[in-house]
Amino acid sequence: MVTKVYVPRETAAVSVGADDVAIAIARCAKENNESIELVRNGSWGATWLEPLVEVLVDDKRIAYGNVEAGDVPALFDAGFLKGGKCDKRLGAIDEIDYLINQDRWTFWRCGLSEPLNLDDFRAHQGFKAFEKSVEMGPAAVIEAVKKSGLRGRGGAGFPAGIKWQTVADASGDQKYIACNADEGDSGTFSDRILMEGDPLGLIEGMMIAGFAVGATRGYIYLRSEYPLTHKVLSKAIDLARDSGWLGEDIQGTGVDFDIELHLGAGSYVCGEETAMLESLEGKRGIVRYKPPLPAIEGLFGKPTVVNNVVTLASVANIVNLGGEKYASFGVNRSKGTLAFQLAGNIKRGGLVEKGFGITLRELIEDWGGGTASGRPVKAVQVGGPLGAYIPAEQLDTPLDYEAFIEIGAMVGHGGIVVFDDTANMAQLARFAMEFCAIESCGKCTPCRIGSTRGVEVIDRMVAGVEREANYDLLVELCDTMEDASLCAMGGMTPFPVRSVLKYFAEDFAVGTDE
Amino acid sequence: MTTEAYDKQTASEIIASFDARSEMLVQILHQFIERFGWISEDAIRQLAEELNLSRADVHGVVSYYHDFRTEPPGKHVVKICAAEACQAMGSRDLEAHAAKQLEGDDITVEPIYCLGNCACSPAVMVDGKTFGRVSNERFDDIMASLGESG
Repeated sequence: MVTKVYVPRETAAVSVGADDVAIAIARCAKENNESIELVRNGSWGATWLEPLVEVLVDDKRIAYGNVEAGDVPALFDAGFLKGGKCDKRLGAIDEIDYLINQDRWTFWRCGLSEPLNLDDFRAHQGFKAFEKSVEMGPAAVIEAVKKSGLRGRGGAGFPAGIKWQTVADASGDQKYIACNADEGDSGTFSDRILMEGDPLGLIEGMMIAGFAVGATRGYIYLRSEYPLTHKVLSKAIDLARDSGWLGEDIQGTGVDFDIELHLGAGSYVCGEETAMLESLEGKRGIVRYKPPLPAIEGLFGKPTVVNNVVTLASVANIVNLGGEKYASFGVNRSKGTLAFQLAGNIKRGGLVEKGFGITLRELIEDWGGGTASGRPVKAVQVGGPLGAYIPAEQLDTPLDYEAFIEIGAMVGHGGIVVFDDTANMAQLARFAMEFCAIESCGKCTPCRIGSTRGVEVIDRMVAGVEREANYDLLVELCDTMEDASLCAMGGMTPFPVRSVLKYFAEDFAVGTDE
Repeated sequence: MTTEAYDKQTASEIIASFDARSEMLVQILHQFIERFGWISEDAIRQLAEELNLSRADVHGVVSYYHDFRTEPPGKHVVKICAAEACQAMGSRDLEAHAAKQLEGDDITVEPIYCLGNCACSPAVMVDGKTFGRVSNERFDDIMASLGESG
């Protein structure tokens, strides 16, 4: 009898030894004359349990957590191929609270299916939504996306259906789908988990988008910091093309659509949609003026849908299950689910896909189990390096685009970075400015010069040089950057800085006034 | 990191594999880095010529992106994540530790802003491979294992 063993091939799991675990399992199986089928699945997103190994026993996937290569012989001794008990055993994967209490709409195949197995993808509803889309017709697909209330998951939160409608209505001999996979925000990794765990799911989402707006070419702009993702995604694209799911006249439907994968080159600002388009054209990633919107004049001057990975991947189930069903998750104008990412100083870090409206406290305490250090939470940065530092007193704020704007913060791409009480917030405010100085594309002055001046002013404050005058100067600088920058890079760098001034001002007071 | 010396013929073949499309410049530069380790003045001149761009255009792109180094790297390249999530888990200490440990070695150490491994902070990339939960001790182990494999 052949026993199926799952070991994720996903960046986080591999970064803590999953490849070595897979090798050790194969070797031990051979030594013990056990015949196994080793499946490299994606990650379920319970990153704190990685490497998380599963064994299929009587149709149940039994999970073992935090398995190291050195543990493998003992696992075999404990009869792990039959689900044997030992201290690494977590029980059946579909009984783990962290996973079953989620609303898995977009990430449901991650961990479950085999990322690079087309038959397995088809067995898990793969391409069913594309086939249904072709039956429904473009207008009905766009209508479903509108009804779902799906907003851009890259961070800006623009309604996806309206963007699609704009591109569908725009005139042009060529239109494009540009998938933004330049997931640069610290604390975020949901795009990566999806692309590594369900790459064909993203491809299907892009195919649906292409069909809906009349685009025959798609581009994925993937950041170069994700080399494993690049391998998986390249293979998935080849697999889809070789089996007739990409290219001309896909499966006899008459639909043409193909995808080209591009690598970024380490520039954070290329996650901004117009800078990304410049980079896709092979140029410096300099932000463009808007208007014209990319939906009207995008890639190579043609109408272009620019959507984030998670946005596109969410569409398949919207087509399958209906926009209304998706909209039944969430609150107010934040409909549906978001893949929150628990990161930084957190005990149980990982991905939690949940309907909007859940509070930061629920995510950090119930899912995350508090800080990794066991010390009190001091601050939480949500939405990447341009997001405000939220003090512990505000943890009961519900995750909702508008509720976050009200407290001067942003939901962004759903990354939640936790800091304990040892964090030096003045240092983090300085870092916000420093990062902006390093990554600014340089087109507009407030961002290019303002960020450098920001670092200098904060240094003077920390050194205790004319602290009050420099405080006023910093506030004024933040006003200028916010009001006059061309894009969110310079325009939102003041958010984390201001939040530190507002809630953690005492952290500046280490020096003494002259 | 195994790279070879710059060679005009090889470079031409790489450019041709992208049909000499100028919009593929960023992608071609990646291949150059993979092959030659860095972007030389010769490479810039050849790219300009074969992609029908000005040298200023090519230089502009090369200098814009962090990935396109214009000097040969050390024997190994160590990138330590310096972004917020890793800072929350002590990456500043790790950075200082690495600088001390690797002082004088032929190893390029540079910051990187997010490896997307933020639930396993601090994260480090060594010769293109990502490592998570990198304590100072684990960092030393990783570097020692490189020495063994040459």
